Order: sequence, then C-alpha cells, then structure tokens
Amino acid sequence: MNRFRDTGHLLRFAALFVIAFAVFLVIRHFVVPKTFGEYGHYRGAVMAEIAARPVHFAGHETCETCHADLLAAKSAGKHANVNCEACHGPLAKHADDPSITPPKLDTATLCVRCHAASAAKPKNFPQVDADQHSGGLPCETCHQPHSPAITAGGAK
Amino acid sequence: MNLDRRHFLIMLPAAAIAWEHVLAGTPETSPNYTMSEHWWGMLIDIPKCIGCGNCVRACQAENDVPDGFFRTWVERYLVTDYNLENPVVISPDGGKEGFPSAPPEDEGKYFFVPKMCNHCADSPCTQVCPVGATFIAPDGVVLVDPKYCLGCAYCVQACPYGCRYIHPEKRVADKCTLCYHRITKGLTTACCEACPTGARQLVDLKNPNDPIHAFMKTHAVQVLKPQMATGAKLFYNQLDGSVR
Repeated sequence: MNRFRDTGHLLRFAALFVIAFAVFLVIRHFVVPKTFGEYGHYRGAVMAEIAARPVHFAGHETCETCHADLLAAKSAGKHANVNCEACHGPLAKHADDPSITPPKLDTATLCVRCHAASAAKPKNFPQVDADQHSGGLPCETCHQPHSPAITAGGAK
Repeated sequence: MNLDRRHFLIMLPAAAIAWEHVLAGTPETSPNYTMSEHWWGMLIDIPKCIGCGNCVRACQAENDVPDGFFRTWVERYLVTDYNLENPVVISPDGGKEGFPSAPPEDEGKYFFVPKMCNHCADSPCTQVCPVGATFIAPDGVVLVDPKYCLGCAYCVQACPYGCRYIHPEKRVADKCTLCYHRITKGLTTACCEACPTGARQLVDLKNPNDPIHAFMKTHAVQVLKPQMATGAKLFYNQLDGSVR
C-alpha cells in the first residue's frame, strides 16, 4: 500500500496534461478550417473559392451566339481558327451587357503583332515587313481582318 | 455483389464522403463528382508558336496578374550549332508585346517556347509547403490557397520551372491556376482562347475522346526536365533538347 503513498504529484501532473490536451482540442476546433482534410492536407473549400473568380474572356462560343454574320465571314477565310478574343481582347462584360461597346481596335499594332516578319517564326506563317509591304497605309485598306485574303473585287 | 473484406475497407472512405449527398437524394452533387472525372494538362505545339504574346496578355487580363509578374510567359531560343548546350534565350517583358525581329542571316535556329505551371502530378512545390496551402486538386490542377499561405516562398524555390512568385500586394504565393474558374465551367483557359494559331490546347487526360491521345501516339511529345520526375502535364510537341 505504501507504494501509492506519494502519487499525488503524478496525478496533478496527469491532470495538467489532460487540461492542456483539452485546451489544445478546443483551440484546434476553432483554428483549423472546417473543410481542412476533406480531400487531402489542404482546405477543401478553396477549390470552390478559386472556381468562383470572375471570367474576363467570354469564349468564342459566346460571341458566335450573336455574331453569326461575322462568324460566317471569318470561317470563309484564313482566320477561321483564330478566336474572336485573340484580337478583340477580353469581352465578357460586353457579352453580359451588349450596351457596353468593345474598344475600337488599332490594326496598325494588332496585325503586326502576329504578322511582322521574323526569322524566329514558323516558315509557313504569313509574315511581312510592314513598312515595305504597305508604305504606312493601314492594313484594312486592302485586307478585311475577318477574312484577310485580297479578293478580285478589292476589300469590302 | 460479392465484396471481400479488403475491397469493402477500400470503399468505406469513398462511401463516407458521398453519404450525406446520398441521404439528401442528390448523389450527383457529391463533392468530388466532377473533379474526379478530369485530369487536366496542356499541349504546347512549339512549331505553331509565333511569339505574339497573346497568351501572356490574356493571362494577365484574365487573372489580374500584377505588372512584371507572369503566370505564363514566352521565351525565344536561338540555338547555334557551335554551342548547342547554351542557347541564347530572351523573354522581353515575358514576351508580352512580342519579340524583336530576328534577322534571317543569323546562324542557328530560332523557336519560341511558351512556359507556365506544369501542373505536375508529383509536384515538388506542393511537397514542401509547411502549412498545406498549396496542393494538387483531385482533377490534377496545382492550386494555392491564398487564405492559408504564409508567403514563406519555399514553394517558389522548389518549383524547378520557376512558375511561382510572391504576389507583391497579397504577399502570398501565386501561380497559374490553369484558369480553374474557367475550366470548371466548361470554358478553355484564357491563354488557349487567345492563342491565334492553336499552339496551346487544354487537354483532359481522363476524357477518352480528347484529341491528345491520338496526338501523343503520332508526335514527338516531351515534358520539361523529365529527369526530375515531376510528372509534368505540360506536353511540348517537338521540344528541342536545349530547352531548360
């Protein structure tokens, strides 16, 4: 019996340990987000938060629902596979509210971005030295951007 | 259905996750229902890239990337025959406004290499995060939790492709999300949408009808730094051996 005579200090220490563990559990309950560990060692809810960020590029399918005429013109020419917003820029706001007019484009910078001659570009990609090619005239004098080939009747 | 104990135990966690949705009568809204159906990556067709910088501008517009930081950028390589291992690489402002014209008389070959997060299946960046702020989502996209990130930049150092940065205002790690807010809605990424030549294609490896499967069988497709075994999912067609 005498063996257990001096166990008081151990019990007090054990009680402290239990209290500390309880405090840890309470803090953990409030500090660790609810969805942490749902799929792995991260907050599961973050995927939905990232997915909820606003879209700026509407996507060419959205453009085509209204602009069937331009789609037809584009499909007939070399720019058939170039998406609308590749040149026109992000227009989700315009798609949401058509009264917001898209900014006017400047062909002088836009066309040259892709078609300026450079040995680094693929050989079969149409390239021009803009100054020699047009002598400073804007590209749309001769080329219609949606279907850029020059037809017999001239640009439309 | 005959279930042995081993398979019953394997199925228990999956059943536990779906259970509340099954009880609610809507098993199709189980949390990983759609995520588990995808395994996203991207195909980059180097011979098609013209270095116009459309992808870089589109990415910055779509994701509000601060000036001077890039979630995607384009590099121009010049590989000369007398110094094959040390190509001359330029990327002025990430290739955002294109590149200076290359004179044709220069010796060597030129090509453009668009770069971005490789969304590695065994990504070094997620393994080093001390707090669980960056992770591989169940659909294979490597994401950052901006509310959980400490900004310690350990992941920025760990990424062998240099695809991460510390956001100058938020002070947390930031990177390409593979336009997670778009691909989860059925849209393609902003860079793919804006690419005029189709040099970038979003691919879903779990979709058996994705053209990537046929493409991979007939083309020389490579990933960057395969020796690092990162499981990169940015597939480059006709990648030159000098690209680092």
